[in-house]
Amino acid sequence: MIECRNISKIYCNGDNETAALSGATFSVRDGEFVAIMGPSGSGKSTLMNILGLLDLPTGGTYLLDGKDVSHLSEDELANVRIQKIGFVFQSFNLLPRTSVLRNVTLPLVYGGVPRSDRQAKAEDALRAVEFPEERWEHLSNQLSGGQMQRVAIARALVNNPSLVFADEPTGNLDTKTGVLVMKAFRRLNREKGHTIILITHEAEIARYADRIITIRDGEIVSDMPNREVRND
Amino acid sequence: MLFSDIILETSIALLANKVRSGLTMLGIVIGIGSVIAMIAVGQGAQKSVEDRIQSIGSNLLMIRPGFARSPGQTVSQGQGSSTSLTLEDAQAIESDVSFLSAVAPSVSGNYQVVSGGSNTRTSVTGTLPSYVTVRNIELESGSFFTDAHDTRRSKVAVIGPDVRDELFPDETDVAGKKIRINGIDFTVLGLTVSKGSSGMDSADDVVYVPLSTAAQYLTGSDALSMISVTVSDQSIMDQASADITELLLARHDIVDEDSADFRIMNQSDIVETASSVTETFTLLLGAVAGISLLVGGIGIMNMMLTTVTERTREIGLRKAIGAKRRDISRQFLSESVALTFLGGVVGVVLGWGAAALLTRFGGVATSVSGISVVLAFGVSAVIGIIFGYYPARRAARLNPIEALRYE
Repeated sequence: MIECRNISKIYCNGDNETAALSGATFSVRDGEFVAIMGPSGSGKSTLMNILGLLDLPTGGTYLLDGKDVSHLSEDELANVRIQKIGFVFQSFNLLPRTSVLRNVTLPLVYGGVPRSDRQAKAEDALRAVEFPEERWEHLSNQLSGGQMQRVAIARALVNNPSLVFADEPTGNLDTKTGVLVMKAFRRLNREKGHTIILITHEAEIARYADRIITIRDGEIVSDMPNREVRND
Repeated sequence: MLFSDIILETSIALLANKVRSGLTMLGIVIGIGSVIAMIAVGQGAQKSVEDRIQSIGSNLLMIRPGFARSPGQTVSQGQGSSTSLTLEDAQAIESDVSFLSAVAPSVSGNYQVVSGGSNTRTSVTGTLPSYVTVRNIELESGSFFTDAHDTRRSKVAVIGPDVRDELFPDETDVAGKKIRINGIDFTVLGLTVSKGSSGMDSADDVVYVPLSTAAQYLTGSDALSMISVTVSDQSIMDQASADITELLLARHDIVDEDSADFRIMNQSDIVETASSVTETFTLLLGAVAGISLLVGGIGIMNMMLTTVTERTREIGLRKAIGAKRRDISRQFLSESVALTFLGGVVGVVLGWGAAALLTRFGGVATSVSGISVVLAFGVSAVIGIIFGYYPARRAARLNPIEALRYE
């Protein structure tokens, strides 16, 4: 599904060249649950931006489902994102003063899905994250953090993407809510077969994944299966 | 992104900050409103000038006595002071100059007009029945006097609506009433239709009497104050004017045209001058109002830039989940166009109302034309696009990663 060959990203700031990522080579198969772990500044966010097609690498080749996507234009990237990728962010990024349903529908709006099909898809996604039905018409700013993150996950799932990126999804949640959110990801991976790539700096959170890639100073330092998958 | 989605997003965004949207819109409301009202005032002035000229007749030539100069002296006694025009001149014009449809000699002066306990000082015009044709006079009731009245020097009069209001405020039928002009009894024959007043010179505040009656009982002289001539076709106005000049110079034994003792005024020249003045007036008013519209537009741009900055993270999110540049720029453009368009609607209504109030309470003639309304809508939409374009472009060009990280 994902194949990265020698991917690098160099930021130019005047005369200074900073390598945020150098020579990352790895692949991810369909249905995997991978955690990319590293301290802040390690380049894990840069890697996620490139894998999530929000940014282009300055070197190397990135094949997504066998297709080279390292040189697409901004709008072409947007098209691939609509079809294949869902995002869950640390700070939820829901539209304020907008109903839960409308928030979940948003990717369908940009995907050109006809109005008649949207409602059913949004409802399926909300059910998949076990979001209580009586709150579907609530406004996003009336929800708790855990609820907001569930809505965000539902939004990421609504166009049935093959790849879901979760960027520090528990960063703004307390431990207990964080556990619930991670369990939701686990279940989606196990039961629905979504490929999930989790970005985190916490080893405890990374332990929910089946495979942990550790990155430091822009280089992959370890890539191994997780033998003690957390299941609490 | 469907059109209905854009409408929905726009209304959510604008309603999220009602006060700000309202105040920004107010700028456009005032701009469009003042454009509509000012143009209405300008066009009203233009229309009333044109109507007034139309009511006199645009094929009209007016011949007036020139400056009187005492023999051997160069002191001018003012235009119209000469007694050089006579009834014979008028008859000569009528018989010798071709392509004239009517000639009406007239004499006028201001006299005290009395009826019972009421009295008014008004303009009394002594003329012939042909005056009705020349000046487009219509009668509300009764009839105008005839040539027979003139021949017999009958003491009959036709009065204007303003005079009726002064002398017979409660009467609708004035025919047969008695009035006293300058102490002499006259019988009223009819009442003219109101033409509306235009400043000092009102066609409604007037009394018409036969020319010979006026000459005998009021002015005591044969001198005319004006000969009005209608030319059969507007294209031969200049030719007719030249013919009359030639005839009168010959009759008055004057060789040099510069020392002529009469002047010919061409109605179409007056029309042109008057309408060019009112057009300039309209343009000026429109320009002043246009500046306030521009200021309103800058207000829109200011608000849109603030909105884009405030919603940077939202824009980042939208882009991350698949919005293209076009989707983002359309969304922000439609917000600014919605503001200007709604502002335009309210502005047109208010401007129209203001014009109506000006007419009702300020006595200013106004005219709201369909074109100015359509133009106002067009301009407001264009302003929305122009002033919304830069903020929308800025939003569309945001980098999604940086936008998502924006604090």
